This record gives sequence, structure tokens and C-alpha cells, in this order.
Amino acid sequence: MSTPLLEIDNLKVDFELPTGTVSAVKGVSFSIRPGETLALVGESGSGKSVTSTALMRLLPEMARISGAIRLDGEDLTQVSAARMRRLRGNEFSMIFQEPMTSLNPLHRIGRQIAEVLHRHRGMSGSQARARVLELLHQVGIPEPERRISSYPHELSGGQRQRVMIAMALACEPRLLIADEPTTALDVTVQAQILDLLRDLQKRYGMAILFITHDLSLVGRFAERVCVMRYGELVESGETVEVFNHPQHDYTRMLLDAEPRGSKAAVAEDAPVLLSGQDVRVRFTTKKRLFGKNDYFEAVRGINLTVRRGQTVGIVGESGSGKSTLGRALLRLLESQGQLRFEDTDISGFDKSHMRPLRARMQVVFQDPFGSLSPRMTVGEIISEGLRVHFPELDRREREARVIESLQEVALDPAMRKRYPHEFSGGQRQRIAIARALVLKPDFLLLDEPTSALDRSVQMTVIELLRHLQHKYNLTYVFISHDLAVVRALSDTVLVMKEGQVVEQGSAESIFRQPREAYTKALLKAAFLRDMDSVA
Amino acid sequence: MLSYIAKRLAMAIPTLLIVITASFFLMRVAPGGPFDGERQLPPEIEANLMAAYHLDEPLPMQYLRYMGNLLQGDFGPSFKYKDFSVTDLIAQGFPVSLELGGLAIALALLLGIPMGVMAALKRNTTVDYLLMGTALGGIAVPNFVIAPLMALFFGVMLGWLPVGGWNGGALPNLVLPVVALAIQQIAYIARMMRASMIEVLGSHFIRTARAKGLNERQVIWRHALRPAMLPVLSYLGPAIAGIITGSVVIEQIFGLPGIGRYFVQGALNRDYTLVMGTVVFYGILIVLMNLIVDLLYSLFDPQIRYDD
Repeated sequence: MSTPLLEIDNLKVDFELPTGTVSAVKGVSFSIRPGETLALVGESGSGKSVTSTALMRLLPEMARISGAIRLDGEDLTQVSAARMRRLRGNEFSMIFQEPMTSLNPLHRIGRQIAEVLHRHRGMSGSQARARVLELLHQVGIPEPERRISSYPHELSGGQRQRVMIAMALACEPRLLIADEPTTALDVTVQAQILDLLRDLQKRYGMAILFITHDLSLVGRFAERVCVMRYGELVESGETVEVFNHPQHDYTRMLLDAEPRGSKAAVAEDAPVLLSGQDVRVRFTTKKRLFGKNDYFEAVRGINLTVRRGQTVGIVGESGSGKSTLGRALLRLLESQGQLRFEDTDISGFDKSHMRPLRARMQVVFQDPFGSLSPRMTVGEIISEGLRVHFPELDRREREARVIESLQEVALDPAMRKRYPHEFSGGQRQRIAIARALVLKPDFLLLDEPTSALDRSVQMTVIELLRHLQHKYNLTYVFISHDLAVVRALSDTVLVMKEGQVVEQGSAESIFRQPREAYTKALLKAAFLRDMDSVA
Repeated sequence: MLSYIAKRLAMAIPTLLIVITASFFLMRVAPGGPFDGERQLPPEIEANLMAAYHLDEPLPMQYLRYMGNLLQGDFGPSFKYKDFSVTDLIAQGFPVSLELGGLAIALALLLGIPMGVMAALKRNTTVDYLLMGTALGGIAVPNFVIAPLMALFFGVMLGWLPVGGWNGGALPNLVLPVVALAIQQIAYIARMMRASMIEVLGSHFIRTARAKGLNERQVIWRHALRPAMLPVLSYLGPAIAGIITGSVVIEQIFGLPGIGRYFVQGALNRDYTLVMGTVVFYGILIVLMNLIVDLLYSLFDPQIRYDD
């Protein structure tokens, strides 16, 4: 075994908050050898990101660090701030989870990359420019000569992450800390970025500390893995070993947390609840005083039929138009084409015509933090729809319904007096489901309801959705970019790209025998672990 | 860009129309008229005067006549300052108001921005509390209270500065009115700058800048300052409007021959055309300044483009 490049010895991080001290990392030890990839895995709140940020010494001032972080024997917790600045971006560097906001929006990307070279290598002018062009080329940015003077907002998320990588690699660091570098990206882009990181790792011979919540990436990418929970290391070892013989229950649970099973089929002749023909949604991009407006067509002529008791899964990457289609189906957005709900043609319905139907068509959104009003108690949030749709209920009856729906989603009804911020992401999503459910709808639009949740929490929410569907014969349209979840829940699946349906069919056939190249690429990127030889 | 400017200017027309119409009729609703002096004029002479200025016509007729003249760029004659047209008076007064307002804005930016940055960097320390406490005072106390107090203290009691008068724009005469006019804006800008600086310092790209190994000075100067100034930049439109209305009061208090003083005196004298002229002029000025600020914004922020 060669000497470690980075050695973390009994690292502890405490945050001193006005309300008391919170221990985020409770004595973690591991090491990374030169050129190796170590994955640090855990769900939200496990302390994995705090650990990596502590390595950079970029934690806020209220953080207290103890233990040792040795880079080539030099203890980073002890060196001066000036020495630390010479190391950061030079000997080791970091890329972050948020490619959209991690670049300065007011500086051209060339300048942002060159800044590192100037800071650590004293390069400027044409010398720096040549190196920046070389880096942009290496990270696969097309037309570097032109892109060097782009602003971040002119690039896609994947391209921005490539720029971040170029910036991190500019000074050929020996260690790259990658904190969930692909989490915010579409699956096909994820795969590209990981391939890129691996190529660059070979070229530069650097070690990578890879932080992720996604075990499926680990199997493919890292030689060794450390599993964290509640600020502690619960298991570590060779990836193959840990995957095949997990020692700790938590690791086993994580490995097992892939959604499984499939939905029981619905009779072919079940009545049609919702259908759309040639549905189109246009957004005006340029208004003209005279003549036609310019517009962008986000949904381009989609036909779909949703039968009672069915789940129709809509999959696609960001910008595919899947959420737009979902909103158009509920007439939350203006659309062209025909829409029918049961026997009613709702195509031209305005807000007041739709209102009586709203109780029967409900929606659960992706963001469990943003979609519940922070100023209302959970009880008020859930009962608000009742006030609108069932004005005949008195206060006690409403209360009873709220309690019933909270029990339905397995939350303690006593919690209805609390505010949303007191709940975890998974609990909030349950509240959002209870809010929809209390109106006793026939139809639920589920717009990425599990995407913001940890895998283990996703599982329980999916179980809940399945249970409710079965119990009340609910009909779902389930929008997601996560194919594993869609597979577990749907009868039929629509694969969308650029506003159109690429492929459509039963969930079984789409996942077993995809016909279109795009569907195949999506599946390949999404089920990395299944396709690897780790099992 | 050009078509955007044209569109904005076209959109300003209804705004100005409403402003002009509302002030025209409000002015006429106010009791009294331009020829009500302390000395009662003989009825025949007053009738002649009214006829000469078309004030004997029905109001809608007068309104149409005024609008017609305005379209030809004619603000009409002043009723009180005989032998002067309103255009003359505005032309005389504007350089004074411009100098006063321009200096006040410059002072507000020069002091407000560093105060806000300092408070943000020293957040929740004595420095922060002191700066923000002062700023709160600046907002709470209106300038018509501060101005006379300053004149009393620095002019009368200490005798350091003249208590009023323009004196051709000599520096000592400028100090008190400019400071009095700027105080409220300094306070607003400082508070705004503090808030946006704190927000920017917490953003992801600042974390990136630190991860690059830059020192705090570089992080702040190169990466934080410009984005933090964007909200202040967009506040400049309303700030200019605030300075203009403020200068109406300040010019009166310090006896400065700017447009503001004509505006106040015109209103008191029921000098209809003078008041209307200044209102129209102010309206156009505010619309133009807002447009200029928005265009400047696109220079600072590459994400804003007025291609259209």
C-alpha cells in the first residue's frame, strides 16, 4: 500500500448555533491514495458534504473543527489561512453540486478559469489564454475559441459543470473533491460528466474524493467506498466488497433502496378518465404590436389516454416538456388541442369553469420545501381546499377530514398544529399528498414527487402512493426523470423529448425492449448498476 | 436595443398624459386664481386679463388649448413672472437643480455603497449596528426637519457655512443643501447595499471564488461587489425621483433658484402654466432617467439584454 495522499484522522465538526451545538461530523477517519477514487456515500444530513467542505476549510465561522486532515503529511487544520489559499485550487480543488449557480454570472468563463492560473501560476495574457483553450478542449466544450468569451448563462448545466471542472483542473491538482457533481444534471449528461472525470483522472493522475448519495454511481466510478450516516462512518472498504457483502444494516438498506416491483395491470376496458388529443402548449417569446408573436412550442401535439385506476408515467430530461404537459392536462396552463375529463370537453374551460372539477383533479409538486406555505399550519394547508370545495362542512367536520387524511399518509394527526418547516422533506411530501387527498380526488398529477428525496425516503413515499391508489382506485399521471421510480409505478409510459413523444407503450415493453435510441440511452444511463458486473 | 428604447418611450406617453391631465384639473380645482392679489383688481381689468390668457373659456376648452400648445413644445407664459415664458424659467432653474441633484446622487452613492459594504462585512458587530442605526435615523427624519437644523447648527451657531443662497454655485453654498438632500438616499442605499452584499457573499459563486484560493480582498472586489451593486443600480430610478421631489423642499428652504422653487411658488401663486410646465418637465425627466438606468443595467449584467 503506497503512502496516502490525504489522511483524515478522527475529524469532528461542530456547529455552534444560538440554540446550542450541533455535531455534524463525529470522529471520521479515512485516507485516499494518490490517483485513487474514494466515494463518500450518505443520505442528506449524513455529514458527507460538511466533511468535504471541512477539507477545503470553507465552512462558515461558527464551525469548530477538531482532529487532523493531512495532505502529504501537512495538517490542514493547523496551517495559516495564507498557506491554505495557496493550496486551494492548486494542490487540491473542488467542484460543487450546483453547476447553475457556482459560476460568477457577470464574468466570462475564460476569465474565471484564467483567474486560477493567474493566482497560482502567475500566468496572464496569451499564456493563460492558451491554457484555458486547452482546458476547455479537454473538458469537451465545443468551439473553445468562441466559448471562451461566453457568459455562464449562455451555457447549459452540463457545460457549466464542464467549465467548473476545467477551473478545478487548471493547476493540475493532486486531489479533486467532487461534491455531488452530477446530481443536478440529466441522466445522460451525468454519464458524460462521469466519463469525463475518469478520463481526466487518468491524464492527470489525480485522486478523487467523490461525494454522492447515489450508490448506482459508486459501483461504476469508485475503487473504495465509505458509507456515512448521522456524522459517523458506518462502513468502508473496497467497493466490490462492500456491494457484495455489506456488513452494516444501513449499507444493506441503501443498496436495497432501488424501487422494485411493478404495478398490477388495469383492465384494458376500464373507463377513460382523462384524454388529450394533439395537445400543444406555446409560450410567447417575443410579443409584437403588429403581426404574429414569436413563440416557442414546449409541447408539440401529444395524444394520451388515461384510464381509471391507471398510472401513466411521463419520463424525459429537463426541457422535454413533461411538466408543461402535466400542467396543461389540469388546465393550469393554456393549451391547444382537445382535452376531455370523463365526458366533459374541458379544452376551452377557464378558471371558473374548472373550479368545480378541481376537487377531483389534484396535483402534488416536486419541491416539498417551496410548495407548502410557510405561514400556514399543516392543518390549515390541508383544510384550505375543503373550505373552497365543501363550504357546507363546519369546522369540526373539516377537522375530522384533516385528521383522517393525515392518518391516511401515516403522519401523526397531532402534528396538524405545526408549520411546514418543522418537517423533513419526506414528511412534507406526505403533507402535500394529504392536501390533495382530503378532497377525495379521482385523478392525481404527481410532478416529480420523489425527486427531492433520499432514496430510502423515496421508497416509503412510493409505497404510500401505491397503497392509496389501490385503496381508492386513484388515477395517476406520474412525471419523473427517474426511470427506476417510473418503472415501479406505471402501467404505461410516455418518453418525451423536445416536446414530443419519442416512444410510448406499456411500462413492461418500454423497459424490457426499448425501440428508440433515445429511450435506450436514457435506460443505460439510469440503470448503471444493473448493467455493471458488480452484482 | 433601439426598438426597445422606442417601445419604452412610446409606453411613457400614456403615463405622461395621465400626469398632465390629473395635475391640470387638480390645479384648477384648487380655490383661488392667478390674479387674486392682496389688492383687489377692478373687475374689468381682471376680466381683460382672464380673456387675454383664455381663462374665461370653459375648462375642457382650456385643457385642449393647453395640450395643443404643449404638443408644439410651448409651455405658455408665466402668469406671475411677467415677461418670462415658462420655458425661460425652467431653462434658468434647471442648471441649478441639476447640479444640486447630481451632486446629491453622487454623494449618496459615494457614501451609501461603502457604508453598506462595511456593514455587510462586519455583520452583527458594533460597526454594523452603528452604521445601520445611523441609516435608520436618516430614513426616519425627513429632510425638511434636517435641513433647517443643519442650517441652524452649521450656519447660525457655528457660522461655518452660509445658511442659504446660491452665490453662483460656490462650494460653501452647496454643502448644506446637497448633504440635506442626500441624507435619506445615503441611508436607503446603505441598507440596500448591506442586504444585497450579504446575499451575494452567501452565494455559490463566492464559495467557488474562495475554493480557487483567492484572498478576501479579491473575493470581494472581483466577485462580490458588482453583483451586489445591481439592486442599488435599479434603485437609482426611484432615487432620482426622490431627489427631485426632495429638491422642491430643499430649494425652498435654502432659497436656491432651481426649478423646485418655481414649482412651489407657482403652486402658491396659482401660476397655472408654471406649475404645469414644471410637472411636465419633471415627468419627462423621471421617465428618461428610469430608461437610462435600465439601459445601464444591461451594461452591468450580461444576463439582461435588450436585443428586442
